[in-house]
Amino acid sequence: MAPPLRREDVAHVARLARLTLSEAELDMFTEQLGQVLEHANDMSALALDDVVATAHPFGLTNVVREDVVTASLERARVLEMAPDAQDGRFAVPQIMGDAP
Amino acid sequence: MKSAARIAREVQSGETTATAELEASFAAISRRNGELNVFLHVDQEGARDQAAHIDARVARGEPVGALAGVPIAIKDNLCQIGVPTTCSSKILEGWRPPYNATVIDRLALAGAVCVGKTNLDEFAMGSSTENSAFGPTRNPLDPSRVPGGSSGGSAAAVAADMTPIALGSDTGGSIRQPAALCGIVGVKPTYGLVSRYGLIAFASSLDQVGPLAKTVLDSALLLEAIAGHDPRDSTSLPEPSPSLVAHVEDGVAGLRVALVHELVEGADPEVLEAVERATAALADAGATVVQLSIPEIRLALSAYYLIAPAEASSNLARFDGVRYGLRVDAKNVTAMMEATRTAGFGAEVKRRIMLGTYALSAGYYDAYYGQALKVRTHMIDAFARAYREADLLIGATTPSVAFAFGEKTTNPMAMYLSDVFTIPTNLAGEAAVSVPFGTGEGGLPIGVQLLGPGRSEARLLAAARVLEIADGRP
Amino acid sequence: MSLPHGWEMVVGLEVHTELQTATKMFCGCANAFGAVPNTSVCPVCLGLPGALPVLNERAIDLAMAIGMALHSTISPSTFHRKNYFYPDMPKDFQISQYDLPINAGGYLDLPDSTRVTIERAHLEEDTGKSTHLGGSGRIHGADRSLVDYNRSGVPLVEIVSGPDIRSSTQARLYASELRAILVATGASDGRMEEGSMRIDANVSVRHADEPFGTRCEIKNLNSLRSLQRAIDYEALRQVELLEGGGRVRQETRHWDENLGATSTMRTKEEAEDYRYFREPDLVDLAPDIAWQDRVRAGLPPMPAERRATLSARLVGANDAQLDALEVVIDLGLDPFVHHAIDAGVDPGLALARGANELAAGLEDIARLNRDAFSATLLMEQRGELSSTQAKTVLGELLAHGGEPGTVAAAKGFEQLSADTLGTTVAELLAQFPSEWERYRDGDEKLAQFFIGQVMRITNGQANGKAVVAELRARR
Ligand SMILES: [Zn+2]
Repeated sequence: MAPPLRREDVAHVARLARLTLSEAELDMFTEQLGQVLEHANDMSALALDDVVATAHPFGLTNVVREDVVTASLERARVLEMAPDAQDGRFAVPQIMGDAP
Repeated sequence: MKSAARIAREVQSGETTATAELEASFAAISRRNGELNVFLHVDQEGARDQAAHIDARVARGEPVGALAGVPIAIKDNLCQIGVPTTCSSKILEGWRPPYNATVIDRLALAGAVCVGKTNLDEFAMGSSTENSAFGPTRNPLDPSRVPGGSSGGSAAAVAADMTPIALGSDTGGSIRQPAALCGIVGVKPTYGLVSRYGLIAFASSLDQVGPLAKTVLDSALLLEAIAGHDPRDSTSLPEPSPSLVAHVEDGVAGLRVALVHELVEGADPEVLEAVERATAALADAGATVVQLSIPEIRLALSAYYLIAPAEASSNLARFDGVRYGLRVDAKNVTAMMEATRTAGFGAEVKRRIMLGTYALSAGYYDAYYGQALKVRTHMIDAFARAYREADLLIGATTPSVAFAFGEKTTNPMAMYLSDVFTIPTNLAGEAAVSVPFGTGEGGLPIGVQLLGPGRSEARLLAAARVLEIADGRP
Repeated sequence: MSLPHGWEMVVGLEVHTELQTATKMFCGCANAFGAVPNTSVCPVCLGLPGALPVLNERAIDLAMAIGMALHSTISPSTFHRKNYFYPDMPKDFQISQYDLPINAGGYLDLPDSTRVTIERAHLEEDTGKSTHLGGSGRIHGADRSLVDYNRSGVPLVEIVSGPDIRSSTQARLYASELRAILVATGASDGRMEEGSMRIDANVSVRHADEPFGTRCEIKNLNSLRSLQRAIDYEALRQVELLEGGGRVRQETRHWDENLGATSTMRTKEEAEDYRYFREPDLVDLAPDIAWQDRVRAGLPPMPAERRATLSARLVGANDAQLDALEVVIDLGLDPFVHHAIDAGVDPGLALARGANELAAGLEDIARLNRDAFSATLLMEQRGELSSTQAKTVLGELLAHGGEPGTVAAAKGFEQLSADTLGTTVAELLAQFPSEWERYRDGDEKLAQFFIGQVMRITNGQANGKAVVAELRARR
């Protein structure tokens, strides 16, 4: 059984998920997520060590496509979606550090 | 309103035109959309062009598809070129996709006319359509109650006779539950039967696009038109669309039907009673009825509320203000992303992103997400055992008839519990149908759920047709 | 460079290589370097809502080819999502192989016969590219960045070595041998300067035979030179830190080529929580034996084998020739050299022209066929072309294609007939009687004087050996 959810866990998760939570939201989520996780503890009672995890309902394998070029989107259509663009590129404010 | 089957027949024979049927649909929408908030966008111009195109083909004697001239409502989480697609979220407000979902292309091939985009719980997360950023949809049968969700708009469009058919998506019951609450038919197809390309993902391993319709035959028509292998979806089943319409009247003689204890457990007495009557109706039509218990079903909710949010937390990461949709400016890119997501997502979406992020995070993966995947296997095995004893399972779609606005919004867990009967099918990747059968409190419809193994849609629809007839809709 | 006495460095390399496919990893957009920004993008590689990935079969072929060349075990594999937010990554997750890579284990033997183990070589997708505005144009201090997604979704293979490398020279040798292998398999063009091959280095130090020390990962190594310099710098930094009583912190460090130093990028505590989980939009990959055999059948000989084959034909090679051999193997030019030797060209000449003229014209190598190369060298060997002329003809063939004879004629390199040369030499002997006298008396140096004169008169169209033959005939 996993340990109970703490307020600081919720704050940490919010940072990972790029969400800003107010103090009230932190309290609310700590309680609500805690309830869901507590409900989920009914699973931990099961001995499933030998069970294989299912990520897909059906066992398809080797689904591939041929290496053949297909049409890309028109650049004007692509950049039209952008909240901000410059010189044919998507513009973003200052990036604080290298990619992890 | 005419059925889709009838409209297609009459358009093909020249008795009516696609344009006339479309205008009738527009008229119905303008009568009640203000009250019910069903459509977020009506594509008047595009739909009229498409209808005129069908009429021109008919006039020239050219072949038109099985849904020729049939107006259809599209859940607003399916991409359609140039038509605003929002997922009922502020974060996508104003976005017009530069590409079509495969199902939209298939509808065009079949001659259907896409009327507009319907309201949903934001990113399909919810069971009442109350989580829409653009206001809730009301149940056409009782506007003081919810239409269910997340495909509440699509279900309401059909129930309010705005269109005979609609497309929804079902991740944990989002087609079947609103179909039940709105008194119509809803099908959750086998995972991989219908392409997900262009369906804005909620939980990729659970999502399926499927039909909502007034009749079983119309559901079969629509599902047959959209199903079949799609090379753009790696999880798409390799075979072509199954033959469904031809088997709708096959009946249930000789089939073994199991009433599953855990699929009625905790349901209101009137719902239980409807399921029992439906089971009896199948027996009357020649099915053998047994009782079955599948205790693993009780674990489905827990597994689902870890797996679906985990996948969602990753699927929804891309809404970061960089390439499309909302951006809230800030001094650096990290702050911009955070400000955008904080302003753009509603409370339920945030709740599930948080839950999913937590379930996948270092130290908790094995206890939550990893364990949930094993429970999923456990449940797939349990269903496989059940299908050795029965060809179909029967139970309730929802524990109760349509509930009132605000009844479950304060307690997320109570809302989640309303999906308890529909979730197992998604986890197993199998097929299920909700068909109206009788009424309960306030004359509101009750949905009975039929479940089958993967690729059993023809059998399920034939059984649903038997219930449709038994419920007085020959 | 060597570390202070008693210290040993331990290095493992992570090499990322872009695969030379026609299209990207998960969509049909062209995999094209240098295209106009955001013109090779679609819903899939832009991460538009609803778009889904489908694996490129050729990328799998190439990944397996790399694995086979590195003696890996081709294994059933899966794809995961590596979740982190970054503007050049359209989905804000990277699709990558995680616990089950397509190639597991393996090794690479260096030319100095050190065996470096390969832990894995797995498939993943590349990100887009950011340009930084304002400040110095580097990421730090920029006030705005622009993103181009043409590179987003380009297939990559990441090859992870074991911690078996013990010097920066060896690290360089490993990278260069691996590059030659990647080029040989056709998986990569091996161009570090264009970013199609990128290296991260894990460096730690220890006293010989002690357990491994704490390692640091160095990023941004864009050339073999940077790789070598950065490893030396980092190892020495760690030794000095330890000798000064300090401790090495596990962290990711950035190599600054201009400063010639590494600096902290991220400490272990700041490391992202990537929340890896199975990519639900892709299914398992399990290439069967038939598929593997098809890839294996198309695999050309690897550099080590080619090196051995070619050096067997260069008996008694000097140091310069051994260097030339490395160049030829490295650049995959050995088939030209073999072809020329087969046609009767002197091995030394074939090797020299391969390592110099062909290497210089590598960009245009597709225009030159092996027959034309051999024919040019044979003309040179027979004295029909001077060596200067032969080089010019090769340059011309690389630049514009064509037949060596035609090119030589068009350049006016028609060899002087023996008669004309004889007449010219006879005239010169009359003109410079005292020089002729001294040559006849045995002063061989004067042959060079007469060659020079002949070249002057004939505008370089004569062949030195032919001039000497004429002189000797008259002595
Ligand atoms: Zn693309």
